[in-house]
Amino acid sequence: MSETTVSEAKDGSNSQASNISEVTIRLAGNSQDGIQSIGGFLARLAGRSEREVMTMMTIPSTISGGASIFQVRLGSGEVLSPGDKADVLFAFYQHSYDNHVNNLTKGGILVYDSDHVEPCEEWLTKYRHIGIAISSLTVEAIGGTARDKGKNIYALGLIAGMFSLDATKLERLINERFDGKGESIVKTAMDAFQAGCRYQSGDISNLFRLARGGAERSNQVVMSGNEAIGYGLIAAGVRFGAGYPITPWSDIMELLRRELPKYGGSFIQCEDEIASVSMAIGASYGGHVAVTGSSGPGISLKTEAIGWAVMAEMPLVVIDVQRGGPSTGLPTDVEQSDLNIALYGGHGDSPRVVLAASDVEDCFYTAIEAVNIARKFSVPVFVLSDQAIATRIEAFKEPDLKTICKDVELDLSPVPSHKPYDLSSGDGLSQHRAPGTRIEDGRYPVVTGLEHDESGHPSGDAVNHIAMTKKRRNKLKTLADELPVPEVCGADSGDVLLVGWGSTKGPLLEAVEELSNNGDTLSALHIKHINPLPNGLDAIFSRFNSVYVVEMNDGGVYGYGQLAGVLRARFADARIKGINKTAARRWKVSEIIERVKECRVEKLATA
Amino acid sequence: MEQSSQDAGERQPVTKKEITADNPTWCPGCGDFSVLSIYYKLIQKRNIPHESVTTVAGIGCSSRFPYFVQAHGVHYIHGRALSFASGLSISRPDLHVFTFGGDGDAFSIGGNHFVHTARKNVKMTYVVMDNFVYGLTKKQTSPTSPLGFKSKTDNWGALDQPVNPMKLAISAGATFVARTSHTNPKHLLEMMDAAMDHDGFSFIECLSECTEFFAGAFDSSNPRKGGEFKLMPEDHDPTDEAAAYAVAGEDFPGRFGIFYQVQRPTKNALEAGVIEAAQSKFKGQQARDILQTNFNKMK
Repeated sequence: MSETTVSEAKDGSNSQASNISEVTIRLAGNSQDGIQSIGGFLARLAGRSEREVMTMMTIPSTISGGASIFQVRLGSGEVLSPGDKADVLFAFYQHSYDNHVNNLTKGGILVYDSDHVEPCEEWLTKYRHIGIAISSLTVEAIGGTARDKGKNIYALGLIAGMFSLDATKLERLINERFDGKGESIVKTAMDAFQAGCRYQSGDISNLFRLARGGAERSNQVVMSGNEAIGYGLIAAGVRFGAGYPITPWSDIMELLRRELPKYGGSFIQCEDEIASVSMAIGASYGGHVAVTGSSGPGISLKTEAIGWAVMAEMPLVVIDVQRGGPSTGLPTDVEQSDLNIALYGGHGDSPRVVLAASDVEDCFYTAIEAVNIARKFSVPVFVLSDQAIATRIEAFKEPDLKTICKDVELDLSPVPSHKPYDLSSGDGLSQHRAPGTRIEDGRYPVVTGLEHDESGHPSGDAVNHIAMTKKRRNKLKTLADELPVPEVCGADSGDVLLVGWGSTKGPLLEAVEELSNNGDTLSALHIKHINPLPNGLDAIFSRFNSVYVVEMNDGGVYGYGQLAGVLRARFADARIKGINKTAARRWKVSEIIERVKECRVEKLATA
Repeated sequence: MEQSSQDAGERQPVTKKEITADNPTWCPGCGDFSVLSIYYKLIQKRNIPHESVTTVAGIGCSSRFPYFVQAHGVHYIHGRALSFASGLSISRPDLHVFTFGGDGDAFSIGGNHFVHTARKNVKMTYVVMDNFVYGLTKKQTSPTSPLGFKSKTDNWGALDQPVNPMKLAISAGATFVARTSHTNPKHLLEMMDAAMDHDGFSFIECLSECTEFFAGAFDSSNPRKGGEFKLMPEDHDPTDEAAAYAVAGEDFPGRFGIFYQVQRPTKNALEAGVIEAAQSKFKGQQARDILQTNFNKMK
C-alpha cells in the first residue's frame, strides 16, 4: 500500500539529481481535485524564486465533474509557451493516465496514484513509472474524515521533494492561501504537504535541481491574463464599466466589480450584452472612459452599439476574450476567430481600433494602451485576448505603479464654445465636453448616431458625409503614424517569415529559436496593433521569400485566415498565405515547425 | 410644488430663448410639441442649471426630442436609451438625466431594458410619448396599438394583445408610475414635477397623438373633443400596488395621475453605499497605493 512500484524505462533515464533549467509538469485529474490550486502554488513559487513560469489548463465545460488538467512550465530562462510535451505527468485517475500518457516526452516520468491507476504494459517500457498510493497516503497523513481531499497538496509535497523546491516558500504560500478558512484547514493542508515532502524513496527524492533564475527576474508578480487585463484597466484610470457573464470573460467582470468601488467607481452587471455596452457608453459620455467586454457571442450582440460609438466618436474599451466559434461554439476552448468581427463588426464604414495581447504581461500593458488610445482618439478600441491567455498564469516583472497608475479627473471647466465633431484639426481628432460643462455661447452639443455636422446636428448633406467619414477614418491614419514598427525575431531577411498575433507569439518565437539552434533559419514577426497596422510592414515582408500567417482560425475557402486576409488586402501580396488550425488547442512548437516544412515542400513542388 | 433646493442659487433660470434649439420636425398638431414646451417650462420653473440638463433618447419621432432642446443631448440607438441613461445617471450623480422615447422604443425593442431599469430603480425621469403607432417609419403596428388597428403591417387589423404600460411598469418594480396626456399640459407639468421630486426611476406614460397616422386616438380622454379626462379615484392610495394595478386595468381611455409611488433605495444610492464601504478601508490612499495592495498579494 505504501510501496512504491517503479519501472525503469528501457531506454534508461538517469535518477541522479540532475541540474535542469526548466521542467514541464502536467497534473491530470478531475475538476474537483484542486489541481488548479497546486498548479497555482507552483506558479507563484516560481515567481517568488525569480524563475519564469507559464501555465495552461483545460476547463471542462460542465459545472461539476469532468476531467481537468493543469500544466505548469517552470524555467530559469525565458518560458515562451506552456510546453508541448510534459517532462513529468501526475496521473490521479485511470482516465488521466490513459488520456495523457502520450503527452510525456520520451523518457519522461509518470507518477501515478496507485490507488486508482493500473499502468498499461505497453507504456511501462516507454516511460518511467512511479506508482505512489497518493490517495491512501493522504488519508493516512491527515486523518480519515477528509477522505482523500488534500491529495493535491500531498502531491505538491511530492513535487517539492522531486525537484528540491523551496519547501519553506511553498509552506508560506499554502498558509496565505488557506488563511481565513480556519485553523484546522490550514493545519490539514500543512500536514498533507509535509507528508508529501517527507515521502522518501530513492527514486523520487531529489531527482532534479531546478536552477534559480537570474537577477533580472527579481520582483515579479504572478497572475492570470484576465487579472492582468482587469488591473491594467484600473491602472489606466478606468472607473466605470458594465458587462454580462460569459466564459471566459466573466473573471474580468467579477474582478472589476469587486475592485472598482475602492477607487470610487462601479462595474454594473446588466440584463444583457446590449444593455452592458450601452451602459458603458453612457458612462463614457459622462466623461469617464468606460469598459465593457465579452466573448464571441456577446460581441455579436454589441456590434450595433459599438457602431454608434464609432459614429458618435465616443471613447470605449471593448475586451473580447476569444473562444471557439462560431455561435455558442466551444465555450472553454481557445481560438482566434474573432478578428473579423472586431475589425468589421457593424454595418456601414465603421473604423475602430483593434489591439491583440500576446501573453499575460502584455495583457496588462495592452489594456492600458487601449484606454489611452480610446481617450485620445475618441474611438472604440478592441482588446483581443483568448481563452488560453485568460486563465494562464505567468510571472512577470512587477509594473512600476508609481509611474503607470493614473487617476483621471473629470474636467467640467466651462468653455466659450464647443463643436463636438470639429473638423478643423485635419487629423480627425476631436474631444467631447461632458454634460455638466457650461458652454458659454449657449450652443450645446448633441451626440448622435445620425450623420451630423460639426455641432452634432443631423445632416444628410453629401459633402458633410464625405468629410465626416474621412474624419472617422483619418483618425486611424493619425494613430498609425504613432505606432512602433514590430521587430523581426530572427534574421532580418531570409526564406520564411512567420507572422502571428495574440497567443501564438510564444510558440512562434520558440519555433524560431529551435530551428536556429538546429542551423535552420526562420524569422517571426508578431503583430499587436492590427487596426490600424503600423507603417512599414511591407518593407519587412519584401525581405523574405515567403510569408506565412500562423493563426488559430480557419484557412477559409481560399487558404488564408483572418489576419492573413487583412494583410493580403492591405499589401496586395499574394505570397501571404495561411498556416491555420482550428483544433481548439493552442499551437504547439512542433506543429508549427512541421507545417513550415510542409509549406516549403509544397512551394518547391509548385515552383 | 417646490423648487428643488439644490438647484436654487444666484443664477437666473434659463430663458425660453436659451433652451430652444432646432425647429422641431414634428407634424403640425403632433402631441410631442406639448411635451417639449412643458419640458422647457419645467427646466425654468425648477431653475435647473443649463449645463446639467441632459436629454437622452432612442429612435422614433419622439426620440428626436434632444435636438429640439438647447442643452447637452444624446440620440442613441433604438430601444436602448434607458441603458445609456443608466450608465450616465450612475456615473454622474450631479446631473439631471431625462430620457424620452415612444411606445416602440420603450415597449417593443426596449421592453427588456424597461423592466430592468425599473426594477433597479435607476434615478432618472422617463417620459414615453405613447401614440399607439410607429410614426417615424410610417404606420406600422406598435405594442400599444389597440386590437383591430389597421396599419401597414396589419392590413386586416392588429391581431396581438397590446401591452399595458402601466401594468408593466408596476409589475417590473418601478417606484413612480404616472399617466398623463399631451392635451392637458397643466397635468403634464404636474406629473413631470412630481417625477423630478421622486428619488428614483420615475416613469410617465404621456398619451401623445400622432395626427398623421392615428389621428383622434385619444379623443375619448380629451374634454375638448367630447371626452373625459378621468383623474385617479379620490381615495386612491398610491402606495397600494394592487390598487394601482387594478386601476391600470380599467378600460381605455383609463385614468390619469400618479398610479403608484413608493420609496425604495435607488441603484445609484446602493452603488454609492458599496463604494463608501470599499473606500473606508483605504482612507485617503491614492489609486497606485490601492492597486499595490493587490499586487503585493500576487508576489
